[in-house]
Amino acid sequence: MIVGNRKPLEEIQEMIKPYKKILILGCRECITVCAAGGEREVAVLASELKLSRTKEGREIEIKEFTLERQCDYEYIDQIKPFVDEYEAVVSMACGAGIQYTAERFPQKIVLPAINTTFLGVTLEQGVWSERCQGCGDCVLHLTGGICPVARCAKSLFNGPCGGSSNGKCEVNKDTDCAWQLIVDRLKTLGQLDRYEDIIPAKDWKPSREGGPRVRIREDLRLD
Amino acid sequence: MTQSNIERLLEKGVFVVTSECGPPKGADAEAVRKKGSLLKGVVDAVNVTDNQTSVVRMSSFASCLILKEMGFDPILQMVCRDRNRIAIQSDILGAAAHGINNILCLSGDHQSFGDHPGGKNVFDIDSMQLIQTVRTMRDEGRLIGGEEVKGRPNLFIGAAENPFADPFEIRAMRLGKKVKAGCQFLQTQCIYNLEKFGKWMEMVRERGLHEKCAILAGVTPLKSAGMARYMKTSVPGMDVPDELIDRLKGVPKEKQAEEGIKICVEMIQQLKEVPGVRGVHIMAIEWEEKVAEIAKAAGLSPRPEA
Amino acid sequence: MRLSYPTNVKIIKVPCTGRVDAVTVLKSFESGVDGVYLAGCEIGDCHFIKGNIRAKKRVVYMKELLKEVGLEPERVEMYHIATSDGPRFAQVAKEMTEKIRALGPSPVRGPEKTEEAKEVFEA
Repeated sequence: MIVGNRKPLEEIQEMIKPYKKILILGCRECITVCAAGGEREVAVLASELKLSRTKEGREIEIKEFTLERQCDYEYIDQIKPFVDEYEAVVSMACGAGIQYTAERFPQKIVLPAINTTFLGVTLEQGVWSERCQGCGDCVLHLTGGICPVARCAKSLFNGPCGGSSNGKCEVNKDTDCAWQLIVDRLKTLGQLDRYEDIIPAKDWKPSREGGPRVRIREDLRLD
Repeated sequence: MTQSNIERLLEKGVFVVTSECGPPKGADAEAVRKKGSLLKGVVDAVNVTDNQTSVVRMSSFASCLILKEMGFDPILQMVCRDRNRIAIQSDILGAAAHGINNILCLSGDHQSFGDHPGGKNVFDIDSMQLIQTVRTMRDEGRLIGGEEVKGRPNLFIGAAENPFADPFEIRAMRLGKKVKAGCQFLQTQCIYNLEKFGKWMEMVRERGLHEKCAILAGVTPLKSAGMARYMKTSVPGMDVPDELIDRLKGVPKEKQAEEGIKICVEMIQQLKEVPGVRGVHIMAIEWEEKVAEIAKAAGLSPRPEA
Repeated sequence: MRLSYPTNVKIIKVPCTGRVDAVTVLKSFESGVDGVYLAGCEIGDCHFIKGNIRAKKRVVYMKELLKEVGLEPERVEMYHIATSDGPRFAQVAKEMTEKIRALGPSPVRGPEKTEEAKEVFEA
């Protein structure tokens, strides 16, 4: 899933300073699962903003609304009937959702309440961890199912570097060394011979060819 | 064959001595010359670090040129942290054009350790791929992108390895990959644990890597028991045995530096006896004035004519 | 036992303190309370096994939220009181009331409620 963090209240307060009527827009997809921008977090933010505004002695009217998804027009359009009643939309979706909401309502101020951080998994309740950077050219079959791009601090394709110590990364003692994990997994799979092969310089084109990447399935298109 | 002094000496079977020079945090060429003068006649080649520990310093390339003017055979260190493949290959061509004969290919310390932790790292290629790149440019006259190189960079290719990092079992295997990629000489992380280094060398010899690649053993003199303890606990992948720390603690504070030098000299003498070790790389961190003393005491001077 | 406790404490019954989330507590501050405390069972005595432990962790999170807003984190607290322990219940009610009285009225009561508060706090 896409994982994000809610921005600090102070930053959001600063963004909404000029406004008296705002719509806080949550998303029920990934950002709900990682407990950053779902219905509950929308309620918490609304409440925090109301309390701090009351404290300042400045009024604010807040509508809370959470969409099924903010990455599809069909859902974003659900706010069409009432969005104009609000001076600004504070979106609690991931960066994609925030942009798509802004794109759908070009006249509307749409503000981000989430810092989108990574593509990851739930390690345990309340703990998420990065697994993928969407480089566009997966090498997991070569590296024992562990991604060197996302999980090695230096994205080394032929690690580990000299800083790997007791299975941990030199950058952070709490972070596993991705290459220790890769070597261990290759051993488990009986594929350590693969480690002997040099992985050549990566073609980053699928990742940064230029501009946003687009995926098309012609068979599904309606026109 | 390249024009490299250490390649020539290694070919002749000479036990080589290298040291390093960390460029200054400023545009002061005199600072480079000053450090260089401390190593004059003491070493066969001098490494010039590339923004080591991710702290901004005068570029390795530029500092190499200053040392070259002084008559040194500098080893250009190059990390993958700060440049993409375009910049890296361009710098390789430029360095070779200026008569630099050696390159040391490194991944580079992570930027979070340095003075610009907010900077974005590059790591477009890694050290292994950098070795491959230099080799292909030199031997096949081709760039990564396939374009032909007119005027091949004739560089003696080196790399670094940390025999004490984990996972230990694949460390020699990893060196094997570097050798396969084109690595001709190797400088190790500083050695304090001779026993573990011996085990690593055993694995290196089993694979016959010492014959394809000259292993230069790294040493760093300890200034005090405090420094030894710091290296042990705070420098990742560093193996400092307790006996060594105890030995330093056993002498009065003002004598610890002297003891540290003694330990370093003894270490070099023992390393000379390890089969497959063909030279020593003395890294006296901000203590360059001691390199001459260490080399002399270890019976490594004078050096053969460059 | 006929124990008395301060009349300003309003009790909201929940099946378990594990039921109380941050939104509920923030909403009560919005409605003008000066403090909130959760009276859960003793650790190890939760009928739902971990409800009171979860509540305890949530109170830590709520304190963070209050800090962000600029309210004193001490305005929300977690207590563990055995169901049968009437005297302790009354004692906690007094303790919390005194603590909140010392902090003064909540700065987010809104103007009219602040007038009301004066009477309570100056009494």
